[in-house]
Amino acid sequence: MSSTVGAAPPRRAATPARHRPQPRRSSYRLGRWDLKYSPYLYVAPFFVLFGIFGLFPLLYTVYVSLFDYELLSGTREFAGLENYRVLLADAQFWNAAYNTVGIFVLSTVPQLIVALLLANLLNRQMRGRTLLRMGIVVPNITSVAAVGIIFALIFADRYGLVNWLLGTVGIDPVAWRDNRYASWLAIAFMVDWRWTGYNALIYLGAMQAIPRDLYESASLDGASAWRQFWQITVPLIRPTILFTVIISTIGGFQIFTEPLMYGHGMVRGGAEHEFQTLAMYIYEQTFTGNAEYGYGAAMSWLLFLMIIIFALINFALVRRSVKGEQK
Amino acid sequence: MSVIRRRLRTVAVAALAAGVALGSTACSKSNDDEAGEGGQVKLVLQTFSNFGYDQAIKDFEAANPTIKVEHQRMGELRDFQPKLVQWLAAGSGAGDVVGLEEGVLLQYVQNHDKFTNLLDLGAGELKANFPEWKWNNALTPDGKKLIGLGTDVGGLAMCYRKDLFQQAGLPTDRETVSQRIKTWDDYIALGREYKASGKVKAAWLDSATSLMQPYVMQNSEVFFFGKDNSFIGDTNPVIRKAWDTGLQMAAEGLTAKAQRWSADWDAAFKNNAFATIPCPAWMTEGIIAQRSGPTNAGKWDIATIPGGGGNWGGSYLAIPAQTKHPKEAYLLAKYLTSKEGHLAAFKEAGAMPSSIPGIEDPAFKGKTSEYFSGAPVGQIFGDSVKNMKPVFLGAKHQQVWETIVEPQMQAAERGQLSSAAAWTKAMDEAKKVSAG
Repeated sequence: MSSTVGAAPPRRAATPARHRPQPRRSSYRLGRWDLKYSPYLYVAPFFVLFGIFGLFPLLYTVYVSLFDYELLSGTREFAGLENYRVLLADAQFWNAAYNTVGIFVLSTVPQLIVALLLANLLNRQMRGRTLLRMGIVVPNITSVAAVGIIFALIFADRYGLVNWLLGTVGIDPVAWRDNRYASWLAIAFMVDWRWTGYNALIYLGAMQAIPRDLYESASLDGASAWRQFWQITVPLIRPTILFTVIISTIGGFQIFTEPLMYGHGMVRGGAEHEFQTLAMYIYEQTFTGNAEYGYGAAMSWLLFLMIIIFALINFALVRRSVKGEQK
Repeated sequence: MSVIRRRLRTVAVAALAAGVALGSTACSKSNDDEAGEGGQVKLVLQTFSNFGYDQAIKDFEAANPTIKVEHQRMGELRDFQPKLVQWLAAGSGAGDVVGLEEGVLLQYVQNHDKFTNLLDLGAGELKANFPEWKWNNALTPDGKKLIGLGTDVGGLAMCYRKDLFQQAGLPTDRETVSQRIKTWDDYIALGREYKASGKVKAAWLDSATSLMQPYVMQNSEVFFFGKDNSFIGDTNPVIRKAWDTGLQMAAEGLTAKAQRWSADWDAAFKNNAFATIPCPAWMTEGIIAQRSGPTNAGKWDIATIPGGGGNWGGSYLAIPAQTKHPKEAYLLAKYLTSKEGHLAAFKEAGAMPSSIPGIEDPAFKGKTSEYFSGAPVGQIFGDSVKNMKPVFLGAKHQQVWETIVEPQMQAAERGQLSSAAAWTKAMDEAKKVSAG
């Protein structure tokens, strides 16, 4: 896209120049350079910024992860792969990984399905359409911390709204933090509350690009609305679904604020680390106690690898289960 | 048309390149050019929680017109602490004066090269103002470097609900209550009597863990760490005794099992869920009054703590070595930890002065609290500090207590796991952290 935009005008400019009696050499050369290099300059800002704020920290993290590096005392000794060796045997790390994956699955799967159905509903002609479409993104623009505090109150063990409601129908109060799966559920709920609308809006955007006549001819052939949804809508927005799956994987694996606020701001994530996620454990190791920078860096790298692996797995899963156009 | 466009484009590219270059140099340009117009010096003061410094800073600025103070409140200690560690390591970002809590202070004393030696700035003359233990805590072992000046101390008392006592048929005036809870055994016995009355739903104490700090501080010279900073939590018999006693009370149904600092704990105050809570000075106005709300005004009162005295919490002000204005920063720290600064903070946040002139001053000594039924807080907390013994906390006290032992004890209190299992887990984890 950017290359055609950048390249098109000079081509037109060059043609009349040939018919001119004496083209000025310098401006001609300038034009050539412009043609050749300016596209790179146009995209340069992204790469420069990415280099400074993306690539450099990434590589520096690898470097730091090879050291026994304590921030407070200033210890900094080369340790090779020692951090990684300790990490792979660290039960708390695997516990955090288990929690992270659990919360991710529990939040993302229902979230994307609901978002898809919601988008399908909003893709119809109806009254107050714009209002509804805008309305579903409102949760996304609220502050995470505020959401966290409110949900921590709603899911409080003793004076919380949910337990009170359960009590009115005669169900025993749930230990929302001591029970690992209950805590995951509450956190997943919080995540979905914020992100379902956002994903629905992305799906909606993709759905609107589907030509109407496809649906018209399907209707003529007698396909039900449900069938149209599965056979036309879903396959045609498959790239978008893949996009949201990847983005959700990246975001879901880095989940931090929600469980932190849910645990009253303690990085411990529950008395027995019931809902301590990887990001929280990284924070605990890196910034509290001895401030083990090296160890935290090693963990960050493993998290990075896990995100890539899971993103690829999810990508493959979705691509296989949602049949798109065969081209 | 095309020529113009091309020229425009060249200009745009040049501008863009310049912008990128500017952007990257802007990063390296230091922004601590604070000596502004007219030789004014801007100091950054970073504190956590609520130090109650609004008025004190105004007074300081009025007395020192060349110094401007920017007070940055950094949230709770657990939010501020990690940031401070990073700023100290990075060599920039920390304020000119920073607040350090006693639970983390020793960690900084161990790494004192990050801080300015206050003795070099003339702090030696202030020594007589402070209780010896408060002063010595911020001193390096060789006694040559002082990194902090004391702000507040956490003299201890027992806050109790008069109305609930009355319902249970217990005495309500603070002298009689103080007499009836002279020791912790008395206190537990009164709690049993309270429960046995069968007339109140509210528990006796907020949580089993509330017992731990005051009990250990009164009965041991060390807490989780020996004086050589080695972990002794598992062998310190006083800790085990406090653990068992607290959980025994929970088993008898005397505690509300409210996890401190949680949403439920906050709500428990308003919902009248418990009748007593050991309260350091900073907890009275700042926490109990706030959470109980105006509807419960006059229902709380304050008696002396079982065991006589004790300390819980309290902070220091330190000057990071990275400051550009050590002299001015010292002036500020000195003022805020002087009698005037202490009394202003006491008035604003209920923070109890750690300076002896502050404690002796009628403004503190004669202070009563309207919210707590007119209790003579100045006298009660002042007296509790007189009986105070210095307790050695160790560099990692805060971490071991707040992130390991307390959560495990709470889990045992709620019945999530047995007391023995929780103890073993807590001690194993604490040992690991202490060794690492």
